[in-house]
Amino acid sequence: MASVAVAARGPSLFTSVVVIAKQRLLKVLRTPALFWTYTMQGVLFLVIFRYIFGGAIAAGELGYTDFVIPGILATGLIWQGMGGAVGITEDVAQGLFDRLGSLPIPRSAVLAGRALADTAMQLWSLIVMTIVSFLVGFRVHDGLANALIAAALIVVFVFAFEWVFITMGLYAGNAQAAQGISMILVPFTFVSSAYVPVESMPGWLQAVAENQPVTFMTDAVRTLTGGASAEVFLGHPASYFVLRSVIWSAVIVLVFGTIGVARYRRG
Amino acid sequence: MFEPVIEGVGVVKRFGKTVALDGLDLVVGHGSILAVLGPNGAGKTTFVRCVATLIKPDGGKLRVFGHDVVQEPHLVRSSIGLAGQFAAVEEAMTGRENLEMVARLFGQDRASTKANVDLVLEQMGLIEDADRLVREYSGGMRRKLDLGASLVGTPRLLLLDEPTTGVDPRSRIDLWDAIRTLVGRGTNVLLTTQYLDEADHLADQIVIIDRGKSIAHGTPTELKKRTGRNVIEVHVRDREDVAEAAKVFAEFGDGDLQTDASTCQVAVVVNGGTEQVSRALHLLQAAAIAVDDIALRPPRLDEAFLELTGHELQERSSDGRVAGLKNASSPDSIKA
Repeated sequence: MASVAVAARGPSLFTSVVVIAKQRLLKVLRTPALFWTYTMQGVLFLVIFRYIFGGAIAAGELGYTDFVIPGILATGLIWQGMGGAVGITEDVAQGLFDRLGSLPIPRSAVLAGRALADTAMQLWSLIVMTIVSFLVGFRVHDGLANALIAAALIVVFVFAFEWVFITMGLYAGNAQAAQGISMILVPFTFVSSAYVPVESMPGWLQAVAENQPVTFMTDAVRTLTGGASAEVFLGHPASYFVLRSVIWSAVIVLVFGTIGVARYRRG
Repeated sequence: MFEPVIEGVGVVKRFGKTVALDGLDLVVGHGSILAVLGPNGAGKTTFVRCVATLIKPDGGKLRVFGHDVVQEPHLVRSSIGLAGQFAAVEEAMTGRENLEMVARLFGQDRASTKANVDLVLEQMGLIEDADRLVREYSGGMRRKLDLGASLVGTPRLLLLDEPTTGVDPRSRIDLWDAIRTLVGRGTNVLLTTQYLDEADHLADQIVIIDRGKSIAHGTPTELKKRTGRNVIEVHVRDREDVAEAAKVFAEFGDGDLQTDASTCQVAVVVNGGTEQVSRALHLLQAAAIAVDDIALRPPRLDEAFLELTGHELQERSSDGRVAGLKNASSPDSIKA
């Protein structure tokens, strides 16, 4: 057989991402344990936190329910993202990542497909959690348009955190380690304005809490859904928080996307 | 111009302090099955992963169809298919969906995806189970699907990393048939294995690697002849005589001695030919050991391996049997 120059084959970046995302989505949808985790886990946190902290914390005119629900939506979905880290280690262990790595597609497409599919499942969680939020007394005070922007913002933020978990999964090596490493994110979400006003924390902790992405994210959703009373309570207009949470999301995708893809490339 | 399928010169790969590939030289020509044979930890899988562009060599040159694996990984990936040690298929998808996924990722359009997937399903004998979830597949079916997934992109080089490890004997023969059919159609195959019978049955070229280096290569027949020695094998009538016969052979032979009490068999490597058989018989008679049969034969591949490397391909326990569950599916290598 004569050696003809090997033509570079391979699908477009778009097709690669879609095909990979489809694999992951089918996996979740056809594995009841995974599907029900995405459906119920966030709701459980939501109901528990709403009633444990409800009434214990004053949140000015905003009211605690309208204060805490945006925090629970943002952080509950971040916690749920840990499943993505475990999923990656399973696919690596099964050899699926080796197979995908030997195909003429960019490494980044494999990870992007995962991030998109997991974000799609998170969107499903967000829908379920939103419905339950209204059932436990949450109300929107600033119009439907702003509420939809808030939802879109949560999706963007969750997508960004998927890259954190994908990278952690690739570094962890096995499911148990992935679980352990991603647990670091839990205390991280607590040191924020998600559950309690930042002013109630000691000074040194306030400095961290005020500037970390979860706080901007939560407060963006709060001001978009809570309207004027939320803006008064938090001291800034919605645009202030929205801008910062979008910038944080972009930075997270860029940093963890780069680290994660480099890790996958190295094999 | 004829570029070799794979051309490796002094390939080095380290993992921390461990040297997995220590200047490996290896060339694969066109239209052949090359088996890379070696014990666990010899560097077989590391080499396949380098060829598949999953890891980058630390030194040396490695080209696939003339394309450097580090400089032009995309061109290498366009021409290979990989089936690894673990059946790399998605359990939550059907067999057909798995193959479609890989075909699409090779850049095939919907029409050729469908045509190729149907063809591969048929070749692998999986048509009837094509629309069942892989979760419900047996281990052998998963391996076949995995092999199919490596084929569906119509690669010019197929990389099979221990394709039958842990597979039951029946499925093993099925897989061998499938691999042979492929080669008939002109696909180049690089196969790693720790089973001598597998290399013997499938390969037309064998490279023996040990501790990250290539220590011998040639056709199976050449490698067996390489040692220039023969093996005398005797079956004694009474099991009690096995130890006694072994003692006689130990003094008289020129190399490795193997005994198997369960089959009343003793074998030893000797220099020379038929004249040694009569000497052996004479000595056994002198020791009053009754013999059922005695034979002179060229060494099997495992014996050649021992001669070439100075150590065994697989762990052998004291009664001469090959240890390890994996070998249960490999009757040829147990008989020793």
